[in-house]
Amino acid sequence: MSLADHLTAPVEDDEDRTPYSERGPAPIDVVAGFGFWLFLLSDIVMFSALFAAYAVLADHTAGGPDGVKLFNRGYVLIETMCLLFSSFTCGMCSLAIERRSAPATYLWAAVTFALGAAFLGLELSEFSRMIAEDAGPTRSAFLSAFFTLVGTHGLHVTLGLLWFVSMMAQVATLGFRPIVVRRLLCLTLFWHALDIVWIGVFTIVYLGARW
Amino acid sequence: MFGKLSWDAIPFDQPIPMAASLGVILVIAAIGLLVLWKGWTRYLWDEWITSVDHKRLGVMYALLALVMLIRGFIDALMMRSQLAMAAGGAEGYLPPEHYNQIFSAHGTIMIFFVAMPFVIGLMNFAVPLQLGIRDVAFPVLNSVSFWLTASGVLLVNLSLVLGSFARTGWLVYPPLSELAYSPDVGVDYYLWALQISGVGTLLTGINFTTTILKLRAPGMGYGRMPIFCWTALSSNLLIVAAFPILTATFAMLLLDRYLGFHFFTTDAGGHAMMYINLIWAWGHPEVYILILPAFGVFSEVISTFSGKPLFGYRSMVAATLGICVLSFMVWLHHFFTMGSGADVNAFFGVMTMIIAVPTGVKVFNWLFTLYGGRVRFSSPLLWSLGFMCTFVIGGMTGVLLSIPPADFVLHNSLFLVAHFHNVIIGGVLFGAFAGYVYWFPKAFGFTLDERLGKAAFWCWLVGFYLAFMPLYALGLMGATRRMQHYHETGWQPLMLVAMAGALVILAGIVLTGLQLYVSIRTRAARIDRTGDPWNGRTLEWSIASPPPPWNFSVLPRVRGTDAYWGMKQAGKEAAAQEPEWQDIHLPRSTPIGVVLAFFATVAGFAMIWHIWWLAIAGIAGLTVTSLAHAWRVDNEITVPARQIAEYERRRRRR
Repeated sequence: MSLADHLTAPVEDDEDRTPYSERGPAPIDVVAGFGFWLFLLSDIVMFSALFAAYAVLADHTAGGPDGVKLFNRGYVLIETMCLLFSSFTCGMCSLAIERRSAPATYLWAAVTFALGAAFLGLELSEFSRMIAEDAGPTRSAFLSAFFTLVGTHGLHVTLGLLWFVSMMAQVATLGFRPIVVRRLLCLTLFWHALDIVWIGVFTIVYLGARW
Repeated sequence: MFGKLSWDAIPFDQPIPMAASLGVILVIAAIGLLVLWKGWTRYLWDEWITSVDHKRLGVMYALLALVMLIRGFIDALMMRSQLAMAAGGAEGYLPPEHYNQIFSAHGTIMIFFVAMPFVIGLMNFAVPLQLGIRDVAFPVLNSVSFWLTASGVLLVNLSLVLGSFARTGWLVYPPLSELAYSPDVGVDYYLWALQISGVGTLLTGINFTTTILKLRAPGMGYGRMPIFCWTALSSNLLIVAAFPILTATFAMLLLDRYLGFHFFTTDAGGHAMMYINLIWAWGHPEVYILILPAFGVFSEVISTFSGKPLFGYRSMVAATLGICVLSFMVWLHHFFTMGSGADVNAFFGVMTMIIAVPTGVKVFNWLFTLYGGRVRFSSPLLWSLGFMCTFVIGGMTGVLLSIPPADFVLHNSLFLVAHFHNVIIGGVLFGAFAGYVYWFPKAFGFTLDERLGKAAFWCWLVGFYLAFMPLYALGLMGATRRMQHYHETGWQPLMLVAMAGALVILAGIVLTGLQLYVSIRTRAARIDRTGDPWNGRTLEWSIASPPPPWNFSVLPRVRGTDAYWGMKQAGKEAAAQEPEWQDIHLPRSTPIGVVLAFFATVAGFAMIWHIWWLAIAGIAGLTVTSLAHAWRVDNEITVPARQIAEYERRRRRR
C-alpha cells in the first residue's frame, strides 16, 4: 500500500461489538503498547522536573554569560529541522514495518539514524564550543540547568540511535515476528516522544532566551 | 585502582557498626551454609530467584520488608535509648556523628525498604488474583523491579561495613548534602541506592497500572473491581507520575556532587530550596502511594469480616481517586517556614485540609460497613480497628499542622515526628500486617496462629501509643527532631516512657516472628483445604491455596462486585459439568532480573567509591544482559490441558 492509499483508506470498522468490560484481558500488543505509553509519560514527567529547574535557574547566571549571548537561533533551527525530519522518516519506517518490507525498513531507519546522528553532532559541537568559551555547566546554575536539560534529551537521542541499531539487527536475525514488531512500535513511539520534548526545549530554552 | 576505597573505609574504631556488621555477616553465612547443607540451591534458584510468578515475587517483597523492618527498628531502639539517657549533662552512648547516620538510615530504610516493598509485595500477590487473571502485564519486568529493589537494599546495608551512611536526614537536603559539607560517601550511598531501587519502583508502577487497566477477567468492568485494586491503581498512577521527579531531583544532586554543577550549591547561583520543593513534589504523593493500598486492605478486611459488602463502594472509589489527584497539590505544607508568603501558605494549608475530607469519607464508610454486620474479631480485623482509632488521631494532628501559624511553632519538632509515625505506623504498617495475616493462608495454604497474632497486634498497638503520645507532648514543650542530647531534664520522664513503648513494640516484632515460626511448625494442624478460610468475597478466595502457577484454570466470569461472594450465593453451577480445559501459556522463568540487579549493584558501588573502570564494567554488563535478553524468543511454557484437568479433578476430590 502506498502512502497515499494508506491515508485515504477507510478506517477499519471495529467488528467486535462486545463491551470492553466483557472481553477479558486485552491482547498482548495492546498491553505492550499501553505500557510503553505509560513509560513515555513518566519520562515526560522527568523532563518536566528538568524544565522546572531550568525555569527557576534561567536567570541565575552568577555573572556569567546568559542565553542571549550563548545561543545561535539559526544553528538551533538546523538542529531542530534534523530532528523533525527524522520523525517524518521514522513515520515512513513505521509504514515499511507495517508492509513487513525489510529493505524499506532498513532504508528509512538508516535515514532516521543519519538525521538523529546529525542532530547529535550539532548539539555536541554546540556544547564543546560553549565549554571552550568558559560557559560549561560548572560556570553557573543557569548553565548547569541548561546542560542537564538539553544533555538529557541528547542522551535520550543517543539511546534511541543505539536502539535503532539493535532493532535493525533483530529484524535481520529474527525477522518480523510479533515480539520484534511490538518493539519496533515502541521504538517509533519513543522517537516521536523525543521530538515532542525537543519542541519544549526549542521553545522554552532557545526561543525563551530574551533577545 | 580502587578509587576512594581503602582499608580506612572499614570503621574498625567504632564498636557498634563493627559488631552489627559482624552479626549480619554471620547470619548471612549461616543461612548460606544451611542452604548448601540442605541442598536447596537448585530449588531456590529455579523456584524463587529466577521466578517471574507474581505470587512468588510478592512473597519475596514481603520477606525483604520484614527483614529490613528489623534493621530499621534496631536504629529506632538505638535512638530511643540514646534520648532516654542523654539528658542534662549526659552525652549518652552514641556520638553525634553516628547518631546522625542512624536517624538518616532509619527514615530511609523504613520508607523505601520496609513500607514500599511491603505494600508492593501485597499488590503483587493480591492484585492479579483479585482481577481474575494469570499474571501481571509484564512478568519479567516485575522480576527486574524486585531485584533492583533488592540491589538498593544491599547498597544501603553495605554502608554499615564500608564507609558511612548519610548524616543529612532521610531526604538529604542540600546544601548540607552537597560535596562541600558532606564530602564522604554517605550521601552517595543514599543517592545510588535510591536511584537503582527507584527505577525498580517506577517499572512496578507502569506494570501494575497496565495490568489493572488492561487485564481483567471478563465482566469485571471498572465498577466491579475490588476496592484493593482501585487503591492499587491509584497508588501506581502516583508512582508513574511522582517517581520520575525523584529520579530527576537525585540526578541533579548527583551532578552537583560528581561534576561540580550548581543546582543546589550555595555559590554560583545554586538554589537549595528548589531541591526541597522538588523532593516534596515527589514526597507528598509518596505518602499516598503507601497509604492508599493500606486503605484498600482495610476495606477488604472490614467487608470480609463483617460479612457485608463494603458500604459506599462508589464513594470509596471517588475518595481514592480524589486523594490521588489532591496529593499533588499539598507539597508545600512540608516547609511552610520557607517563607513563601501568606497567600501561598494559605493555599497549601487549605488544600491540606481539603485532602482530609475524602479520608474522612473512607473512615465513615468503614464504620458503616461494620454497622449491622456479623463482625468476627480475627486478627486482620483487629489490625483494621486499631488502624481506625489510631489513624483518626494522626489525621487530626495532621490537620492541626496544616494551619501555617501552628506549623511555624511545630515545624521540625517531635510533634511532627509523632504525627507522621502516627499515620505511617497506624496506617501503612498496620495495613501491611493486616494484609499479611489476611493473605498468608492464600499464599501458603495454612493459616497463621491467631493467639500469637493477636498478642503481636496488642503489643504493637499499646507500644505505639506509649512510644509516640509522649512525643506529641515533648514537641509542644519544644523538643526538636534529630537532636542527640538535651539540657532540659524535665523531658526525660517522657523520653523514658517513649523508650518503654519502643520495647513493647519490640515484643510485638518478636511475637510476629514467633507467630511465623510456630505456624510453620504446626502447619499440619492448620492446613486450609477450602482455599477460602475467611469466607471471602473476592476472586482470590475462589481458587486453591496456594494457587497453581496459572492461578485460574478457567478465567472466571464476573457478574458484580464481590464476584466470588456472588458465585457462592448463586451456588457452584460449574461443579456439575466440567468445562473444556485448554492449554495455558505461562511466562518462562529467567535470571535476567537478578543478573541486571547484580550489574546495577556493581555499577552503583563503583560510582559511590569513584572506581570508574568498575562502573563502566557494570554499565557494560547491564547493556550486554539487556541485549542478550532481546534475542531470547522462547519465553513461554505451555501447561497442557490434560495437566490442568487432572489438577482440577484432584482438587475437587478433596
